[in-house]
Amino acid sequence: MMTGKKLFAKVYLWVILAILYAPIVFIAVFSFTEAKSLGNWTGFSVNLYKSLFSGNMQNSGGLISAVQNTLVIALIAASVATVMGTVAAIGIFNMRGKKKQTMQFLNNIPMINPDIITGVSLFLLFVFLHISQGYATVILAHITFCTPYVVLNVLPKLSQMNPNIYEAALDLGATPYQALRKVMIPSLRPGMISGFILSFTMSLDDFAVTFFTRGTIGLDTLSTYIYADARKGGLTPELKPLMTIIFLIILAVLLFINIRSAKNNNNKKK
Amino acid sequence: MNKRSSWALPYFIFMVLFVVLPLLMVVIYSFQDSAGNFSMANFSKFITDKDSLSTFALSIEVAIENTLLCVIIGYPVAYILADKKLNKSAVTVVLFILPMWVNALMRTLATAELFNMAGITLGKGTLLFGMCYDYLPFMIYPIYNVLNKMDKSYAEAAEDLGAKPKEVFMKITLPLSMPGVLSGVMMVFMPTVSTFAISEFLTNNKIKLFGTIIQENINNSMWNYGAALSLLMLAIIAITTFLQGKSSEDTVDGGAI
Repeated sequence: MMTGKKLFAKVYLWVILAILYAPIVFIAVFSFTEAKSLGNWTGFSVNLYKSLFSGNMQNSGGLISAVQNTLVIALIAASVATVMGTVAAIGIFNMRGKKKQTMQFLNNIPMINPDIITGVSLFLLFVFLHISQGYATVILAHITFCTPYVVLNVLPKLSQMNPNIYEAALDLGATPYQALRKVMIPSLRPGMISGFILSFTMSLDDFAVTFFTRGTIGLDTLSTYIYADARKGGLTPELKPLMTIIFLIILAVLLFINIRSAKNNNNKKK
Repeated sequence: MNKRSSWALPYFIFMVLFVVLPLLMVVIYSFQDSAGNFSMANFSKFITDKDSLSTFALSIEVAIENTLLCVIIGYPVAYILADKKLNKSAVTVVLFILPMWVNALMRTLATAELFNMAGITLGKGTLLFGMCYDYLPFMIYPIYNVLNKMDKSYAEAAEDLGAKPKEVFMKITLPLSMPGVLSGVMMVFMPTVSTFAISEFLTNNKIKLFGTIIQENINNSMWNYGAALSLLMLAIIAITTFLQGKSSEDTVDGGAI
């Protein structure tokens, strides 16, 4: 009876996993052929990988600059969001009553808002204020939807922290800046790091907000590039090896982190 | 009042400028005609336009169906992952979240292509499958979290007192995991009701969802109508958030007994 249940559970998990990974495996397999369209096999070849790395693509450089834009935007947005969100979290933590509730309510809005609403509303604001849209507006928009997650990740660390050690540092002659850097920041760091990582990945993956705030200057991130490509009818074939490489990097990083933390836990138990 | 509460001031100003003000813009634009005069024309256009109304209804229908599908498929996954007897490895949990890191548009295109190769015509069926595929991790993760942190002694006590496994699940585990289900429902319903690119790819542009009409209007400079449609979507979001808040209060009360 017990083994039957176990077997069923195992089979169920693996079937769902197989479905979840089917499209990714599909992309990876077809990255090793030269055909333009996604499901077309014209014999094994690593030419797509070669042309991806040499930059000799038909669509000269469009894809490469889209990847660069995606990374730069995510890096700037996540960094600004982490700084602003941490400072804001310290402020919110020290608030009481109505003020605190208002701040928490405002902080929730971007998280509940669907991407498309965030995108459209910012678009209308930029139109209304006659701000020309491009790199700056996209980064601004990304900061808007990233910061709440940093606040949410840092707040619990503040309540875990002993409030007296910051005061003690001040009493012992530290300047507020020193107390912040040497006492406060180290205890908030885990929350800041998870906030940064969350912001970074959400910015990388964003499509709708970028789509509405990038203006008409031809700025592309990976998502908007793929969207435009698909609407034109033919995907840039080099996207297949690019996606395969991105997936393998993430897989390696996640497995590494998990195996290491599992080892740490085992060591602690011993 | 502690002085450090003023540290939140820059963020407060930032949010007023880039969260509150933009939403105000949506309201202002939706009550104006293209010349900038006050008008209800956008809303009367929506109510009299059969296409918009049916798209609106279809979007909500698809979102509800997709959310249900995700609960039905995702709950057992979360349950198995959280059960130490059935799953010992933390890596399996990571495997379920990993696909989310691959660009969603690219995965959706590949899913659509797989359907093409299998000879399945793109339509509502493939739309539901593809959406469920995209949002399933958002359902699994919150349920898994709640189940994982749940105090196992409740279930054990029920067993000791003679409850059958089915009864333990229906009367203890399921009610206690409702907060996770509810946040999963929010995390799936919200993006599904507002999605646009994914639905275009999965149906070959045959089925339009509400997000697509918003995008088309905004991109064709019909800002006022686009804003009015966005306001309607905001209303749906507000209602679901309110309902979720209410029902999670209820389950917390019910679960505590």
